[in-house]
Amino acid sequence: MSTTAKAPATVRMRTWSGDNVLKIYAFIAFVYLLLPVAYTFVFSFNDAGRTNLVWRGFTLDNWRNPCGAPQVCESVVNSVVLAAGVTVVATILGAMIAFALVRHQFRGRSTTNLTIFLPMATPEVVLGSSLLALFLNVFVPLGFWTVFIAHVMFCISFVVVTVKARVASLDARLEQAAMDLYASEREAFRRITLPLVMPGIAAAALLAFSLSFDDFIITNFNSGQFTTFPKFVYVASTRGIPAQANVIASAMFFIALALVLISQIRSMRRKEV
Amino acid sequence: MSKTDITKAEGDLYLENLVKSFADFTAVDNLSLHVPQGHFFALLGPSGCGKTTTLRMVAGLEPPTAGRIRIGEADITYEKPYRRPVNTVFQNYALFPHMTIWENVAFGLRRRGVKDVTKQVDDALALIELSAVAKRKPAQLSGGQQQRVALARAIVNRPAVLLLDEPLGALDLKLRRQMQLELKRIQTEVGLTFIHVTHDQEEAMTMADTVAVMNNGVIEQLGPPTELYESPHTAFVANFLGQSNLFGAQVVQTSGDDVILEDSDGRFVMPRARVADRVNLTAGTRVLVGVRPEKIHIEALDDAAPAPSHGNFVDGVVVTSSFLGVSTQYEVRTSGGDVINVFAQNLSAREMLSTGSRVRLSWLPVHGFVLSGSEDINAGVEQELVLS
Amino acid sequence: MSIAAAIADTLEEQPHHNKPQKAGKLTPYWLMLPGLLWLAIFFVVPLVTLFGTSLMTPVPGGEVGEFEQTFHFANYWNTLTDSTYYVPLFRSFLYAGAATLLALAIGYPLAYAIAFKGGKYRNLLLVLVIAPFFVSFILRTVAWRQILADEGPVVAILRWAGLVSETGGVYPSAFAVIMGLTYNFLPFMTLPIYASLERVDHRLIEAAGDLYAKPITGFRKVTFPLSLPGVVAGTLLTFIPAAGDYVNAALLGRPSNTMIGNRIEYTFLSVNDYPTAAVLSFILMASILVLVLFYVRRLGTEDLV
Repeated sequence: MSTTAKAPATVRMRTWSGDNVLKIYAFIAFVYLLLPVAYTFVFSFNDAGRTNLVWRGFTLDNWRNPCGAPQVCESVVNSVVLAAGVTVVATILGAMIAFALVRHQFRGRSTTNLTIFLPMATPEVVLGSSLLALFLNVFVPLGFWTVFIAHVMFCISFVVVTVKARVASLDARLEQAAMDLYASEREAFRRITLPLVMPGIAAAALLAFSLSFDDFIITNFNSGQFTTFPKFVYVASTRGIPAQANVIASAMFFIALALVLISQIRSMRRKEV
Repeated sequence: MSKTDITKAEGDLYLENLVKSFADFTAVDNLSLHVPQGHFFALLGPSGCGKTTTLRMVAGLEPPTAGRIRIGEADITYEKPYRRPVNTVFQNYALFPHMTIWENVAFGLRRRGVKDVTKQVDDALALIELSAVAKRKPAQLSGGQQQRVALARAIVNRPAVLLLDEPLGALDLKLRRQMQLELKRIQTEVGLTFIHVTHDQEEAMTMADTVAVMNNGVIEQLGPPTELYESPHTAFVANFLGQSNLFGAQVVQTSGDDVILEDSDGRFVMPRARVADRVNLTAGTRVLVGVRPEKIHIEALDDAAPAPSHGNFVDGVVVTSSFLGVSTQYEVRTSGGDVINVFAQNLSAREMLSTGSRVRLSWLPVHGFVLSGSEDINAGVEQELVLS
Repeated sequence: MSIAAAIADTLEEQPHHNKPQKAGKLTPYWLMLPGLLWLAIFFVVPLVTLFGTSLMTPVPGGEVGEFEQTFHFANYWNTLTDSTYYVPLFRSFLYAGAATLLALAIGYPLAYAIAFKGGKYRNLLLVLVIAPFFVSFILRTVAWRQILADEGPVVAILRWAGLVSETGGVYPSAFAVIMGLTYNFLPFMTLPIYASLERVDHRLIEAAGDLYAKPITGFRKVTFPLSLPGVVAGTLLTFIPAAGDYVNAALLGRPSNTMIGNRIEYTFLSVNDYPTAAVLSFILMASILVLVLFYVRRLGTEDLV
């Protein structure tokens, strides 16, 4: 049914608008998503006074001296160290639970599921305040360890969900094939199961890290004098956030973006081979 | 027997009274088997007959409920899979996706502590003619190539027994035929004991030295392909391998080396040698008579000499006729009401017999076989796939 | 002993004799023990004690922050009927609901565009969707504060368009709070919808077209119903945290825009009225639960996790 005449104008316009309305809409949505990011980045170059609210002039000073403002770098380091520790513990605990859930039968499955997934549905205010009440009742001093405990608590559920999906999609026959080929259970796990589940575990670890780093509400309740980056920014927002905070945030944004893009491009290229 | 001996055991494979039952049904029912070393053995049967379960018990992936499994003198019944000198080629290949082909093939050797695996792996890859793709990952290979890699991965370990679980199932027809010849060649070259599980009877008959036909957890008959085909002992074997015409008849009498039978179409003569074991031949017993469609000679009734030309005969009317090129297939309804299939080989360009024409079917007595009357005449007939 | 070996050890079957063995029955329990213990101590116990706290009353003649357990269930009724509390509660659901609808309106077409028009750039586009998360939550919200400020560009456009009076503004206001909520939870809405849409077999849509359906009907009758699990997941993942949020309200709203989260935080940390804060927490959780159950049952979907 080939024709050399073009389709009538009304049809062409309808197809054009049908195709492109959606794309235009999506473009606007992306602008909306990235607007605050762009704003933060731009204002990191602001020759700000104490408040960084009004544009005063372009400067690279903030980038040259990101730790210039008090507490900025300290809070970032705190957040990174905290998130790293939380990631390790939550990933291990959560991965173990995920394996148990997928690979084994046991009683009390529904209760277990409830305990694991309820934290995800509980408002952070409630999670944070209830844990604080516990710490107060037991006279535990607030600080790094209390935040650590709180973060691990709410990260475990997310780790379980992420790893569980990956373990469930693993073909059990691969382990059988390994054992058929003289690998003991331990070797089969180490050489076959673990490498294949690793992407899921890595994703879970990444998720735990981001959740911990970015958390504010639960941290606010349970950290005492220990300052994380989000807490620092929140407190500073009343009197004026130093531009250095924008620098750090922008730097983190670009690093994270770069890492994700690199891994995406690498996996795209690997698929083409 | 000390632990190290088991992993190096060799010899014939013996399955003794093997049973595997689950809560509601028995998959393998008192199965006994002896496979000589170096043999190509096929376990043939429809899905659900228990052949894969039997294989998994030999591999160690499924513990038997009762019975013994031996290789030579070594009892491996309850040994872990990684301690048995047995390797499996899985139906879905189960290649390790995160390893290269080379590493896949080297896996078993490395687990057994072999120091330098290079030569063995290279040789195995050369055997399956895939040396060129050694550095690729399984996902980059076609189905046929993956299948060969799965084979090499198992063979390179030179196991006492190599198990193949419907390895050619996922391949298209042409590739399957090719691989059948390849497998046979490799087996002869390497000299391992192959146990090939399949539901494809042509495949089993092409490749195997010995075929065991399984149904409902038991072996119905075991023997060389020709023996199974020409002298089936049960209706299931008769129908499952190729096609058979089975019809009921009554024993009239036995005279010397022959048996005389009779049904609504007349009388037949069968040599006693063609009667399956333990069939009661006293007068009056009901039996099943079987003749394969390709053994029957069909002629238009007007052409036939008044006396029967080829031993047993029956007259009838053509119901359908299909020209297949190599042969013409007829369905003939006899005067007694039975429907008989005939495959007439296309030896001369004579005209197809048309529907409704009266014909005479005849066959040599030695081409028929007699089964017990208690057999289910429809056992093993290829059915439309029924999803239970 | 490495973790891998520890895990594998627990998975390993017991040494056998010449008899069939079953896999270790206790293995799953050992695997789950540390994690579940952590959750039990630091999630379940606090909630239980919180409930206990909700039933306390002030010690007569005691100092601020001193309470005694009296199983005073009336606390719940008293709080529910106090306008200081039920107003923010309703407001929270209102804002969260509005934010969810907005997120749906923005997120669904976005997910659709990526799934159906994204082509090979899909994954990159998805990265752009979650990219805002790489900037700290607080900073993002504060940025909105600046963007929506009276001196900012948005208000300038709105004034020019006549949507806002010459002296009026957008921040702080309910509108700003809802905007913030929508923005912060947009990825939570978009990603599950995308996941659902991506799985839709294109041949189904083609079949609909083959059976005389116009594109819009094809969407209505085939695509949208198939994407419903994603929509449900997305709306829940947006609504539930939004209802309990207080940062957006704190940064972008006036006192008249306080949400229940603000009230809880204030009551707990500033007023030290622990029982009331506890009561509010449970009322919040219970209402969310009721709404969610009602919602999920109406739409009837399978497991969310």
